[in-house]
Amino acid sequence: MRRYLTRKLITYVLAFFVGVTLDWALPHFMPGDPIQGMLSKYNVGSNASYAALYQQFSSEFGLNVPLWQQYLNFWHGVLTGNLGVSIYENPASVTSVVFQAMPYTLALLVPAVLLSYTLGNRLGAAAARRRFLDNWVLPVGYIFQAIPYAGLALLVPFLFGSLWHLFPTSLGYSENLIPTFDWTFISSLLDHWFLPFLTVFIVSLGGWAIGMRNLVIYELENDSSRYLRALGASERVVRGYAYRNASLPQLSGLALQLGVVIGGNIVTEIAFQYPGLGSLIYKAISNEDYFLLQGIFIFIVIGVLLANFIIDLVFISVDPRTRLSMQGAAA
Amino acid sequence: MSESISEAAAPEVAAVGLPSVRGVGAAPRKRNDFLYYGLRNKKLVFGLGLELILVLVALIGPMLAKYQPLQTTLPLQHPGSQHWLGTDLTGYDMYSQLTNGLRESYLIGALGAAFAAVVGMALGFIAGWRGGWVDELVQMITNVIVMIPSLVLLVVIGSYLSSRSILFEGAFIGLTTWPWVARAVRAQTFSLRGREYVELARLSGKRPVSIILKEIAPNMASYLFLAVILLFGSSMLIAASYDFLGLGPSGTVSIGWILNQAENGSALLYHLWWWFVPPVAVLTAMVAALLIANVGLDEVFNPKLREQ
Amino acid sequence: MSVNVQNLSVAYRSRLGDVTAVDDVSFSLADGEIMGLAGESGSGKSTLGNALVFLDPRMKATGGKVTVDGRDLPIADNGAMRHKRMTEVSLVPQYAMSALTPTRKIGRLINDLLKSHHIKNRDEVLTELKRRLALIGLKEEVLGKYSFELSGGMRQRVTIIMSTLLNPSLLIADEVTSALDVSTQRAVGEMLLEFRDRGYVKSAIAITHDLSILAQIADSIAIMYAGRLAERAPTSVIVDNPLHPYTQALLNSLPEVGVRHDQALLTGIPGRPPSLANPPAGCRFRERCPFAFDKCTQTPPFEEIRPGHLVACWKVSQEQTAVTAGAGQEQA
Repeated sequence: MRRYLTRKLITYVLAFFVGVTLDWALPHFMPGDPIQGMLSKYNVGSNASYAALYQQFSSEFGLNVPLWQQYLNFWHGVLTGNLGVSIYENPASVTSVVFQAMPYTLALLVPAVLLSYTLGNRLGAAAARRRFLDNWVLPVGYIFQAIPYAGLALLVPFLFGSLWHLFPTSLGYSENLIPTFDWTFISSLLDHWFLPFLTVFIVSLGGWAIGMRNLVIYELENDSSRYLRALGASERVVRGYAYRNASLPQLSGLALQLGVVIGGNIVTEIAFQYPGLGSLIYKAISNEDYFLLQGIFIFIVIGVLLANFIIDLVFISVDPRTRLSMQGAAA
Repeated sequence: MSESISEAAAPEVAAVGLPSVRGVGAAPRKRNDFLYYGLRNKKLVFGLGLELILVLVALIGPMLAKYQPLQTTLPLQHPGSQHWLGTDLTGYDMYSQLTNGLRESYLIGALGAAFAAVVGMALGFIAGWRGGWVDELVQMITNVIVMIPSLVLLVVIGSYLSSRSILFEGAFIGLTTWPWVARAVRAQTFSLRGREYVELARLSGKRPVSIILKEIAPNMASYLFLAVILLFGSSMLIAASYDFLGLGPSGTVSIGWILNQAENGSALLYHLWWWFVPPVAVLTAMVAALLIANVGLDEVFNPKLREQ
Repeated sequence: MSVNVQNLSVAYRSRLGDVTAVDDVSFSLADGEIMGLAGESGSGKSTLGNALVFLDPRMKATGGKVTVDGRDLPIADNGAMRHKRMTEVSLVPQYAMSALTPTRKIGRLINDLLKSHHIKNRDEVLTELKRRLALIGLKEEVLGKYSFELSGGMRQRVTIIMSTLLNPSLLIADEVTSALDVSTQRAVGEMLLEFRDRGYVKSAIAITHDLSILAQIADSIAIMYAGRLAERAPTSVIVDNPLHPYTQALLNSLPEVGVRHDQALLTGIPGRPPSLANPPAGCRFRERCPFAFDKCTQTPPFEEIRPGHLVACWKVSQEQTAVTAGAGQEQA
């Protein structure tokens, strides 16, 4: 138990450390001077006032101290949740801007991941070694799996919005509404939520269905399935066992996929101008709001780590081998 | 980005020693067997056939174009005899852009897969062969890389770079997707390491590098081949996402970039379907053909998976 | 006769057409009989055994008739066979080490199987299960464990108990000892005998490479070569007085106890078994047989030379006729 958990914990801590360090280091070691870039927009006239401004910005952003101190200051900021002030939403803090956008991202991501995972697994398992269903699930699954997020994020609003006028295709809620807790606002939220959700959901669905189909076929061909059949177990029981065994690699696949789905979610949000972290990233780039960008990165890293931790816990509860090796080590 | 596909076939391709027809008496030779089942596997033939056509389009298509991809002509033309796939808001010829984008996609797919395969195989072989703390270390690095959100990382890097090359994009994709290859290769090497012939080679004093290259790698050749195909497809998809966000190579016309232009040019609002439907369809076909061929190959290599 | 197999043929589907792995095989088992089935790998012995319980989708029965306790066993009909498995015919597979699913506890697995067979008195069966576990010295806790927590010998014993739990008339025990060390082999062999004696199984076919284990447990032994039965006789007769040249070669080449002779080549006889995809006409052992003569180009009948002793060999039947003819002359 201790060994397993220690290793996991070290991985999490290390990933967090690497993430934060990258986040800090990249702006510092990239070619180009961010302050110079910012100042170039202000059309500063004389050299003297330029130097003065440069000085002021440097101290404001804490760039006038030695590198190692900047690095420690950055860590201090990360650990206390003080990630500076957003440039484009001045004077709002980076943290508050991120927390405003986060619910939208989670509202897309969590249902899309959970639903595509469960439904995809069921579909794939049902299609394995059943010719009729397989002839449908397989081709559709391949197409879903092969569609680029950017492509689906254009096709879905084109069909459901521009052509059929079924759902709105941009923003998180109607522009003329003020966020309140009433039915008009909530239905507007749901209305705007549906298409971006559908986009993220569809792409993931294909992957899970095909993955599960292949895994279940392997399971149905292996020794434990053969033995069950040789003892006259019903096909329902044999498939149930195959599904259970195939769920384990699918679950570890889920952990591996998180980064991917998050990327797809960002693309989708931007295409739909959906007000989550993805759109925030886009705004941060276009406004050269580097602090905001750094802050979003940190939060996404934390999110991935948390999700991995949850999947780990589920895995332990599902896989007797992992669970027992842990208990064995503890005893 | 459906990097998802990299994982799809990875855990289950467990059979390394390639089985032939259940040996009753003298089994037919394996090579002939693969060819035989390969040519009769509908998925493989369809996938490879489609991919071949698309590769030809990528090679020959741009030569047939009447306009340069970034040559301004009449804007907003419907598909027709003058502009086979119409023109966009600026007056760019979509046929020319699309065939160019196909080329770019294949290029980035190959680059991304190559980088990921080299790094992933090297680390996977080392981890699986050496075991012990080396293995722990490589696994740790692999797990850490998996948890760093690559797209956001690229956004951060990209926003500081004024120009990016296609080589940069390929390298970036490869250096963020190798963990899949490394995990798989590590597991396979681990299981092959204990086999008798490897043991024998080791006892006879062969160098580890030559054992890995001569004894272990050939025994998972089919497996590696499948993995590289999947990486190829996922690299194309990842690149499309990057290009769509404007993080792609500067000054190139790729499918992701076309989609970016369509999005910014309000193609949806004006129902300019020819601006984005063909690129999406073509890229989907490129990747789907790879996936289908991959599953077909898997069935050819693994008799148990063949349809019954 | 509890089990009767008549002219059974089983083929593998392959790209070169059907490969007949079991060719026109007939034999019967008496109540309480354990028959050993031996032969080299690829001789079809495992195919024969498995076909009686579970035909792989790649295999098909191309002819013959099987009855168990006087009732037809529809081996080609997977659906009709389902409820006969485990209850009338059962299998301890060659792959027993990996036969138990890794994600369910043994007890749960057994319970699911019983439910699948719509067993009414499950509690009684489970009590009986515990009794049998105790009988062979396994603790009841085994039921609360996963397969990967058990040793190889324990897994082998658990599969035997599972497969025989519903008292089948015929048990196929496919290489039940080959994955085990010598002392466990003996214990598993004794377990089979015990189960037979207590009537948990009415009759059994023990398929193995290892003739020495058969000498210990089998009442009779059948020798299979290239898809056909070569010889069948009570164990002592096969061991002391084999008639078929192949059986003789097999016994002569038998190395130390416990060594599987599929790994050691038949030292006495050069050559290999013929390909079953395109088998030669006549006796299939002909090309390796030191006694082959022109008649061997015809297929020898599997005939009863003496009571309970069947051989498929022209030379043997010729000598036999000579002997009986000689005996007849003397009498005359």
